[in-house]
Amino acid sequence: MSDPASSATTSTGFGRALVAVYAVFALAATARSLYQLSAKASEAPVAYALSAVAGLVYVVATYALATDRRSLAVATIGFELAGVLGVGVLTLVDAELFPDATVWSDFGAGYGFIPLVLPFVGLWWVRRVRS
Amino acid sequence: MNDPVAYAVAGLAVVAAVYAGWLMWRDEAFTNGLFYVVIVLELVLLALLVGGSIALARTERDVDGVLFISYLVTVVVIPPAAVIWGVAEKSRWGTGVVLVAMLTIAVLVVRVLGIWQGAYV
Repeated sequence: MSDPASSATTSTGFGRALVAVYAVFALAATARSLYQLSAKASEAPVAYALSAVAGLVYVVATYALATDRRSLAVATIGFELAGVLGVGVLTLVDAELFPDATVWSDFGAGYGFIPLVLPFVGLWWVRRVRS
Repeated sequence: MNDPVAYAVAGLAVVAAVYAGWLMWRDEAFTNGLFYVVIVLELVLLALLVGGSIALARTERDVDGVLFISYLVTVVVIPPAAVIWGVAEKSRWGTGVVLVAMLTIAVLVVRVLGIWQGAYV
């Protein structure tokens, strides 16, 4: 690791790569929800609405990190963390509620658990830059 | 569009990812070599988009065309976006951006194969 703390904003240094990862998830979640809502909205409304929310959260988080808006970044990444944990638990407890998968189902297992790790890395990074 | 083509393209993306990862590990910012690798991959992805579109028009099977083409267009857009975003960063994390992009392309290309085979309907 070449001293990531030397970065002055959330979008430079390590943040440059982090924003790229967030952008990938913003794209993946948003595109998925648009497809689900347009092609088969009535099949699993809860899951698809949730996909849309997740997509929006990733888009805003990407924007906040890329433009160094730290409080917005903390708010959206915090929501993301709550989302992946909440939905992760719900999908384990009550599979009926989500007949079709979202990015956050089973703690993001369908996406290599990256959705679970990403908010921790994001919050760590924003703290790191601030100090 | 068939298995060998998709896996060859995904494999190329993985090779590019490994190269980017190696440069990142060596603490190198965006290099010319990496730039050329990304351009080669971009040309291959453009060929995949064209080839995939032709195959879609010819096939008689029931393939989700909108999903199929949107995936192919997405993988074509990713490399230029990664270069634009990564080249501005004069540190190892500029190549890190390319690493992320190449891995994403590898995953998406394998999913394209699944869509072609009707695995996600």
